[in-house]
Amino acid sequence: MSLTLSQVEHIAHLARLALTEDETQQYCAQLSAILEHFTRLQAVDTSSLPPAASGSPAGSNLRSDEPRPGLERDILLRTAPDVVHDQFRVPPVLEEQ
Amino acid sequence: MTALTTLSLAQTAAALRRGDFSSRELTQACLARIARLEPALHAFITVTPELALAQADAADHRLAEWRRLSPPFSSFANGGGPGWGLLGIPIAVKDVLCLKDVRCTAGSRILENFIAPYTATAVERLLAAGVVILGKTNTDEFAMGSSTENSAYGVTHNPWDMSRVPGGSSGGSAAAVAARLAPAALGTDTGGSVRQPAAFCGLTGLKPTYGRVSRYGLIAYGSSLDCVGALARSAEDAAIVFTSMAGRDPQDATTLDVPVETITIRDSTPLADLRVGIPQEYFVAGMQPEVESAVRAAIQTLEALGAVVEPISLPHTQDALPVYYIIAPAEASANLARFDGLRYGPRQPADGLWDVFRNTRGERFGAEVKRRIMLGTYALSTGYYDAWYGQAQRVRALIRQDFEQALARVDVIAAPVTPTTAFSIGAHGDDPLAMYLEDIFTLPANLAGVPALAFPVGFDSRGLPVGMQLMGPHFREDMLLQAAHVFQQATEWHKSSPMV
Amino acid sequence: MLEPIIGLEVHAELETQSKMFCACPVVDTTQAEPNTAVCPVCAGMPGALPVVNRRAVEYGLRVALALGCEINLASIFARKNYFYPDLPKGYQISQYEQPLARNGRLVISTSQGERVIRIRLVHLEEDTGKLTHVGQAGPAYTLVDLNRAGIPLLEIVTEPDFRTGEEVRGYAQSLRSILRYLGVNSGDLQKGVLRIEPNVSLRPAGQTALGVKVEIKNLNSFRALERGVAYEIQRQSDLLQRGERVRQETVGWDEAREVTFTQRVKEGDEDYHYFPDPDLPPLVIEAAWAEEIRAALPELPAAKSLRFREQYGLNDYDAGLLTAEREVADYFEQAVAAAPEAAPKMVANWITGELFGLLNQAGTSLRECRVPPSALASLVGLVSRGEINQNSAKSVLGEMFTTGQSAESIVASRGLRQVSDTAAIAALVQKALAENPAQVAAYFGGKEAVAQWLFGQVMRAAKGQANPQVVRAELTRQLAERKD
Repeated sequence: MSLTLSQVEHIAHLARLALTEDETQQYCAQLSAILEHFTRLQAVDTSSLPPAASGSPAGSNLRSDEPRPGLERDILLRTAPDVVHDQFRVPPVLEEQ
Repeated sequence: MTALTTLSLAQTAAALRRGDFSSRELTQACLARIARLEPALHAFITVTPELALAQADAADHRLAEWRRLSPPFSSFANGGGPGWGLLGIPIAVKDVLCLKDVRCTAGSRILENFIAPYTATAVERLLAAGVVILGKTNTDEFAMGSSTENSAYGVTHNPWDMSRVPGGSSGGSAAAVAARLAPAALGTDTGGSVRQPAAFCGLTGLKPTYGRVSRYGLIAYGSSLDCVGALARSAEDAAIVFTSMAGRDPQDATTLDVPVETITIRDSTPLADLRVGIPQEYFVAGMQPEVESAVRAAIQTLEALGAVVEPISLPHTQDALPVYYIIAPAEASANLARFDGLRYGPRQPADGLWDVFRNTRGERFGAEVKRRIMLGTYALSTGYYDAWYGQAQRVRALIRQDFEQALARVDVIAAPVTPTTAFSIGAHGDDPLAMYLEDIFTLPANLAGVPALAFPVGFDSRGLPVGMQLMGPHFREDMLLQAAHVFQQATEWHKSSPMV
Repeated sequence: MLEPIIGLEVHAELETQSKMFCACPVVDTTQAEPNTAVCPVCAGMPGALPVVNRRAVEYGLRVALALGCEINLASIFARKNYFYPDLPKGYQISQYEQPLARNGRLVISTSQGERVIRIRLVHLEEDTGKLTHVGQAGPAYTLVDLNRAGIPLLEIVTEPDFRTGEEVRGYAQSLRSILRYLGVNSGDLQKGVLRIEPNVSLRPAGQTALGVKVEIKNLNSFRALERGVAYEIQRQSDLLQRGERVRQETVGWDEAREVTFTQRVKEGDEDYHYFPDPDLPPLVIEAAWAEEIRAALPELPAAKSLRFREQYGLNDYDAGLLTAEREVADYFEQAVAAAPEAAPKMVANWITGELFGLLNQAGTSLRECRVPPSALASLVGLVSRGEINQNSAKSVLGEMFTTGQSAESIVASRGLRQVSDTAAIAALVQKALAENPAQVAAYFGGKEAVAQWLFGQVMRAAKGQANPQVVRAELTRQLAERKD
């Protein structure tokens, strides 16, 4: 189960992780080894099961529609790296390369 | 003063109620011990002395009121009911649980300067019960790891042998309790991260049923697996912490509406006919022989105490590793997407918006975290979803079924916690897979959502603790704690402490 | 021959008090101070968890049932994963394989007749924060306000059943009307409370495979919607006829230049790697609850319009106008009930003509105006009984609107009551004819226009208060009599 370098680059892009060339190589090797070990998973016969939706048992826990004040704005913005006009400032949103 | 810190939690609580010493004195003793041992041990990321002393004073005030209003009860050892069990007790909290206005790092540089704006429910409940929080303990980054070596804030050392790891990811909490810096600590267990450090450090560690304790305020790693747990020096102590924090939370939709009964630890009850299942799949070649023999000896002790032991099978045990290491990273890849340097935490310099994301995450996440994010992203991606994530969820259901079927035949399942005792710092170097294999005995309980309790059952020839775990049906923490307590009344393993 | 294939995605903010997954208040995000309705959950802070707002589910069910959908009694929330600065968690909690409801329909009226538009699905999700781009003076940057993050959104997706901009507009207007009737959304396109995104593709007639889709955003009015779709159809048609390919992309509508422009090019399908959100159990809906909601649905615009046509004898157009807004329909019915001798058509005209005109001018709503249905009814009653004439009535309504006074009191204080009494009018006509023999002779000499002048004389003598129809009839009669 070997991943190619370009697959690793694509995954890193999807996950917005900047990787150096060395890192890409290294992770490629490690992830391939890990996935190789995991291929046994595909051989397990699960035909007797219905699909498992999530880890928690069914039973909706719904909330009643009562508003409550949120965080004080200065606490919300407390550890923000860049704030202007009480908003989070980020570099301009341009089209992705 | 050192005597104060050798008492069990239950004994300490009783002593405080009697007025033998104050919470402030006790807290100061703990802080002094921390100051002395921390440079070598490094169990904490953030120590909170001022907060602790303020909380201790508040607890002393409540204790004084209590004594004033109910003198007939002050001579009771365990009197006053469950609500009083934690009043004035210092504890440590793993640095993945938010405490308002205190730094919370999750062991990561991406939250280096993050000050939590709110407190986790589990912590809030303990605070309401009157605990004193000594600080935030070290953890593998985002709870991903089995040794605490993945922390960006340095390695924690095992007080039994400082060249070895305390286990992970709740290694800081385990080291703190083992070194008697606090009588108890909160940890989290997603794949074994409370039980494995408990085993490596000679402690009793409880992973409750999934959904028993609120995850609100717990920095998420594997959402369908994460459990807030307790590390202490006895089952009795662990029970006190557990009952104070468990129960449905309207802020966590995955908590279950099952009442948490007071767990009365009865000294005198033998394990009358407790049916204990021994899963053959957990006694594998490659285990350290002394671990196996200590666990088997402990099982014999259980039999001597009245338990009925029988072999069982959990056929899909071998599949737990890949199932876990697909599901947890998949969930984590989404849970960690919020860490982008835009709204909180430090931001890496960058030319454009997308570079802010990539550089901040690329530079501030550690290697293991990046590995798991990528593994998870891969398992969820188009074309691979069904073969990996979909298949893992299906096999998980089979693992759950294994437990249901076994627990229909036996009351509890006894098994080793780890294949070896504590390994050396750096032993697994660059081999992530070798590190993952440390978890093979603990992962299944997380996948099945069942409660599991680890407790000490011996030592190896190097003097390193060996742990065993009991796993039970959903919501039956009481049965596990009671059985472990009976064991601990008949044995002394849990009373040993490292010489620090 | 190229055939346009158009589908519509509508996002409607639900008018709940609190957000979809947390208790933050839902505010008017165009007005509120930025970042003042935000908590750890909607800010995507570490450790925060979502809990579903029951009322949002209820509103979603209302809409789904009103659209005739099948309800999924165990739908699932899924994480839609992507990175963007307005998305605090790095994923949006939405629904994917198991949405709240499926397979509904909406019948629309077009100039070509009725069409059934199939609703593929209805699902619940949360809104994103708001981005403001700053770049005019100095280095550019973007500001993020999270007040909107987490507001409940209902997404309504159709099958690609539309063929023209007119149909799209018709559907959008009907849907908006329904959402307002149900009290779940204000329908304000300008504020983005209701967002309509068509996706447009073309294919050769007769072919079954779909062409490349282009999604259009920023259509902030029905007019823009219709024009944007028409423009895009034309643009793609031109491209294809030149032998070029259509690029799969998202385009924005430039209102000023009335063109679409590229916003975001999509290379193949975006990989959102959806998976069920482990923080939320399946959304289990008791069949009894859904039934309760269905039973409580109000009469919807289409049904009401049909009933108005049948019950009040109104034509399509009037029925449509009156039922577009529930409060107008209710107003109309109350007014009709209070003016039993007036024809409903007359009441309708007074509302859609004069009253709407006054409301538009003053910029007020029907709910706020000072003419309740009973007051309008009494005015219409006066007109229908001939007690005041049309012109006077218009003026009276104007005064009622401004002062809140009753029709009766204004008519009385201004002495506007008109004379309809035939005998009295006959006398006036007789007098006018007697006093103007030359004009009468001229009339009989062939100058028919003189009759109008004579009419004017009678009205003048009556100080404008004679019923014009009666005067005209009487004048005609007396002139005819004189001829012989």
